[in-house]
This record gives sequence, structure tokens and C-alpha cells, in this order.
Amino acid sequence: MKISIKQKVLLLKLLIHISAFLPLAYLYYQALNDQLGADPVQRVIHFTGIGAFNLLLLTLTVSPLAKYFKRGYLLQVRRLLGLYTFFYALFHVLNFLAFDLQFAWGLFIGEVVKRPYISIGMVAFLLLSALAITSLNSIKRKMGRSWQSLHNFSYLILTLIAVHFYWSVKSEILVPLFYGLLSFIILLFRYKKLQQLFMRLFS
Amino acid sequence: LEPLTYQADNNNAKLILTPETKVTTHNNFYEFGAQKHQPAELSQGFQVNPWQLTISGECDKPITLDYDDLTTMFTLEERIYRLRCVEAWSMVVPWIGFSLADLLRKVSPNSNAKYVRFESLHDPEQMPGQQNRRLGGGINYPYVEGLRLDEAMNPLTLMSVGLYGKTLPPQNGAPIRLVVPWKYGFKSIKSIVSIKLVSQPPKTTWQQLAPQEYGFYANVNPEHDHPRWSQASERRITTGGLFSRNRIETLPFNGYGEQVAHLYKGMNLRKNY
Repeated sequence: MKISIKQKVLLLKLLIHISAFLPLAYLYYQALNDQLGADPVQRVIHFTGIGAFNLLLLTLTVSPLAKYFKRGYLLQVRRLLGLYTFFYALFHVLNFLAFDLQFAWGLFIGEVVKRPYISIGMVAFLLLSALAITSLNSIKRKMGRSWQSLHNFSYLILTLIAVHFYWSVKSEILVPLFYGLLSFIILLFRYKKLQQLFMRLFS
Repeated sequence: LEPLTYQADNNNAKLILTPETKVTTHNNFYEFGAQKHQPAELSQGFQVNPWQLTISGECDKPITLDYDDLTTMFTLEERIYRLRCVEAWSMVVPWIGFSLADLLRKVSPNSNAKYVRFESLHDPEQMPGQQNRRLGGGINYPYVEGLRLDEAMNPLTLMSVGLYGKTLPPQNGAPIRLVVPWKYGFKSIKSIVSIKLVSQPPKTTWQQLAPQEYGFYANVNPEHDHPRWSQASERRITTGGLFSRNRIETLPFNGYGEQVAHLYKGMNLRKNY
């Protein structure tokens, strides 16, 4: 039996839904029932943060992968991965606001302004939100060529959250360094494109 | 874990205790892994008996205590203390132990003794964080902490050998650890093998690693933020899941100002953080 490309894409999307949504649902089930260790708040913040980083790396791996293996249909699952990246990041921010700071808005704003690692994390989140909103087909069509320019910000987002992760830890820097390396490799695949972007920026 | 005989703490019975399972599964003890759940998992084979704790340095009668001495040398008492971590979470723990002052008086500090230097066990075979940089969080071992002599002699300063009625679990710093309730948790060094009276302030572990972030004193101070955390408030870890409303104001000296504020009279606490 041969499965069509349409079916392949459908299967892949199903796989993405299962492996991105179920862990999140299970995480909150455990957290609400106090089954997530002594401090469920810290756990949900870390899980969603790392999850968002993983998903962004995966999203940005799609196009090099599709090119290298000549599987153009892979690009059809990229938006879904990107949207899950956004949802994980959204939960990451909401966890911090709702469960850690417990809606102390003054403290929230103070922390965003005063702590450089939170500031750049927030910039990355706002950019990511813009990408998520403009991923709607109707908006994408209206934007024309500027859509691609906007979505090139994904490289900046990746860089920002790599720094955000590195700055957020006390002393255990090996994991953040590893993520930094992965991010660098992802960007290396876009060497030419990034070079052009820089040329345009500074010329 | 063995049951201990001790005098109960009736003064602080009003405080709502952090459940025992949370006290023993949420630990910063990088020798057994830098993630909070790791020490409880990676320390279970830890040998605490035999143990030797040496008290030496600028004193007339240095001594070495064996494992049994730790629980039999002094009358043990329960002390229910708030524990405030620099990461802005806190617990209430029923410690069991004796005053450090009682121990120090036994060795008769001489006039050169101005500071006390504490050192944790260095045993990479038993402590995976000391042989694996990823587990150990990149800090230099052995872990070292220090107090000024008058801080060490303050009646609140406790040498703890147990919690919740039993000897300490390994992840909480068995067989003996320091508890300084008005300072951030990292001052309360675990699994101590050496206490030394010295004339100069010892170079403490976190101070060496990031001097802008961690000072020698590390007194709980809501007015002085850590570069990465506001210290104005904290989350008290008790029962309850994600929705427990547990954020409370942080008090100067973690609420122990009456007993310790006089130690720092005339000092600029923003500079001496």
C-alpha cells in the first residue's frame, strides 16, 4: 500500500499534536493535583520553557531537512510546530505571572524591566506572538512580501531565548551551552540568508 | 533514619509546617545533582556512619566528633524555623539539633578566632555532583561556608542532626548540617566534616563563583534584590498544587530581626549583602 503525500502530512500532524499536546495536559493534571514534586510552580515554568525551546529548534529544522532530503511536503507541518512553540511560550509566561507571581502585576512589570534575562525573554515572546498571529492564511495573503520579512525574526527569537536560558541559571551552564550550540548550528544553515539580511540592514 | 529524643519546640508551634515529603524531595544539594529532585534520588546509598567532624583552628581544645557523638553529646531540641532560599521560595522545617554556640564553647576559641569556616564532605565516589560537572552545577568542591564568630555564637544558630523527629535524610545534609534561619539557605551548609575557627573571613563557595550575586553575609533582606530575583516576596511551600495562594512578603532577617539585627548595627546592609 502506498500512502499519498496528503496522508503523510496528516499523519505527521497527528504525531505532532499527540507529542506536543498530551505532555502539556498531563503536566497540568499532575500540577493541579500536587503530584509534581514539592514545587509544582517551578516545574511547570521549566517544562514549558524548555518545551518551547525544543519546539522552536524543531520548527527551524524543518526547512533544512526538507531541502536536504528533497521532501518539500515537510514544510506543510512547519506552521503547526511554530504554533505549538508559541503556545508553550505563552504557558511559560502565564505560569510565571499566574502561579509564581500570583498576578502581582507591579512585581511582574518590575521583573520584566529590571531583570535582563526576563526582558529579553519577553521581547522574544512578543515577537513570537506577532509570528503566531500572522500565521493565519488570510493575514498572510494580505501581507504579501512583508510576511517573509517579519518571519525572518524567528532567527532573532532563537538567539534571544538562547541567551535568556543561559542568563537564567545560577551556575549549571552546561545544558544552556548545549542549547546555544544547537541554535548556532540551526543558524549556520541560514548563513547566506543571514548575511544578506545583515547587508540590507547596514547598507 | 533513626528516631531521636528531643525537647519539642513550643514557641513556634503556630507556624504551618512544610510537609515532610516536600522538605525531603526539594533540595539544593548540588553534590547530589543541581536539580531539586535529584538529591533525594541520588543520595540514598550515602554512608553517614562512620563520620568524623573536626572542630579546630584558633582554639585551645580542638576535638573530633564521631557519628554517635553528634546525637548524644548535647541535649537535642526541636527548632521550628522558616527557611528562605535566595531563589525566593521558602519552607517551615522542624529541625532537631543543638546550638553551635554550645559546641564552640567546648573547644574554647582563643582571641584570634574572629570567623568560623565550615566545610562539607569531599567524596566524589559517593557524591556524583563532585565528579560530574553537569550534575554538580559547575561549582568548586568542597563546599565552603562561613560565619562571623558572633553570628556563630547567636543562640538561633543551629547544628542540625535531624528533622521531623528522625535523623537527617542524606539529601537534607546528613549526618550534621548548619541552620542559620535569618540568612539565605545556601549559608546552611550540609554534611559538615570540618569547622575551623579562623582570623580572616573565609572565601565561601557562592561568593567565589559570583561575587556580585552572593555576598559573605547573605542576610535575608527584602530591600536588596538579587540580580535575577526580587527578594521582596517569596512563595511559601506548603500543601496544595498549582493554585495555592502562597506568595507572602519577605521579612528583614527572615523575621528574626529581634534576635539578630543588633549584630549588624551601623553596617550598610546593601553593601554587605
